[in-house]
Amino acid sequence: MSLVWTFLVAAAVITAAFTGSVAALTGAIAESAGKAVTVALGLVGVMTLWLGLMRVAEEAGLVTQVARLVRPVMRRLFPEIPPDHPALGSMVLNLSANLLGLGNAATPFGVRAMQELETLNPRKGVATDAQALFAVMNTASLQLVPATVIALRAGAGSRAPAEILGATLVASAFGLVVAVTVARLLARLRLGEAP
Amino acid sequence: MKGALDLLSAWAVPLLLAGIPLYALTRKVNVYAAFLTGARSGFETGVRIVPPLVAVLVALGMLRSSGALGAAARALAPLLDPLGIPASVLPLVVIRPLSGGAALGVVGDVLRTEGPDSYAGRLVSVMCGSTETTFYVLAVYFGAAGITRYRHALPAALLADLAGMTAAVVVVRLLFGG
Repeated sequence: MSLVWTFLVAAAVITAAFTGSVAALTGAIAESAGKAVTVALGLVGVMTLWLGLMRVAEEAGLVTQVARLVRPVMRRLFPEIPPDHPALGSMVLNLSANLLGLGNAATPFGVRAMQELETLNPRKGVATDAQALFAVMNTASLQLVPATVIALRAGAGSRAPAEILGATLVASAFGLVVAVTVARLLARLRLGEAP
Repeated sequence: MKGALDLLSAWAVPLLLAGIPLYALTRKVNVYAAFLTGARSGFETGVRIVPPLVAVLVALGMLRSSGALGAAARALAPLLDPLGIPASVLPLVVIRPLSGGAALGVVGDVLRTEGPDSYAGRLVSVMCGSTETTFYVLAVYFGAAGITRYRHALPAALLADLAGMTAAVVVVRLLFGG
């Protein structure tokens, strides 16, 4: 990430020098930093609520029961995670919340899953294969109802705002399959091992 | 089908909020204490996400305001043109993984100017709905776990975005023509 981040920042500064937008750039830097904190603070509320609720579900034994339901799939995708590890429960909750379009709940569960996966990580701070695959699955955005887009279409006066539902599902399912395949392939190639 | 899904989305959160504590009570869980323990860890995690999110969002904000994002979209145009992506939709391909807000801006633009039921309108809808703000997701998830080296996660996620968008073109063409 050091390389990517430095490259992005340097590319922006060099482009700004060419386009003569250095003044705007300086403003954007402060504005983005402020916006990042607003976004993160917005997450603090849902994070607090959902991880509280999840703890209740955990103590009631609900999380393990849910995780047991989809264990065959998860074992195949994440063979390196011990079958009764708490990370699996959080991961299943995250993926189901994503599917239902409950972004508010999905993020806390996913974050929790990442932290639990980190306890299995022999090299702290360096993503494991399981962490990379799980993160990549989350960027594929598989959801049954793309509510935001449907709302935008309705607002723009579409005759059938939800007609894109099936197409969206197919496209994101394809994205997910590619995500899993590529992540597993790259993991096997041991790419990005250099710092 | 759609009605049932809508109903499920609307009721899922309230039902979970009431259902989980009720079930936990029957299992003799100290519900309130358990909630607070979990909530505290959630709060701490929320705060831990701030630094990585500032780092990533500042870099992306700089890319956008310097014009680098627009330049990248223009540079990629000849590559994406054969895929059947109209010029108005092109910026979305580059912007979608980087900035959720900017992506919604492009979608809103296309829906307004070309209409939601046009080829371009349907295409932006499907593209936007079937992909995520990759950089944001990675910053939050890896940031919370203290991971600074993403290894192959970033290239894999970006390839998946590209695959999802290409699939969007094919599916929209097949289903709606264009």
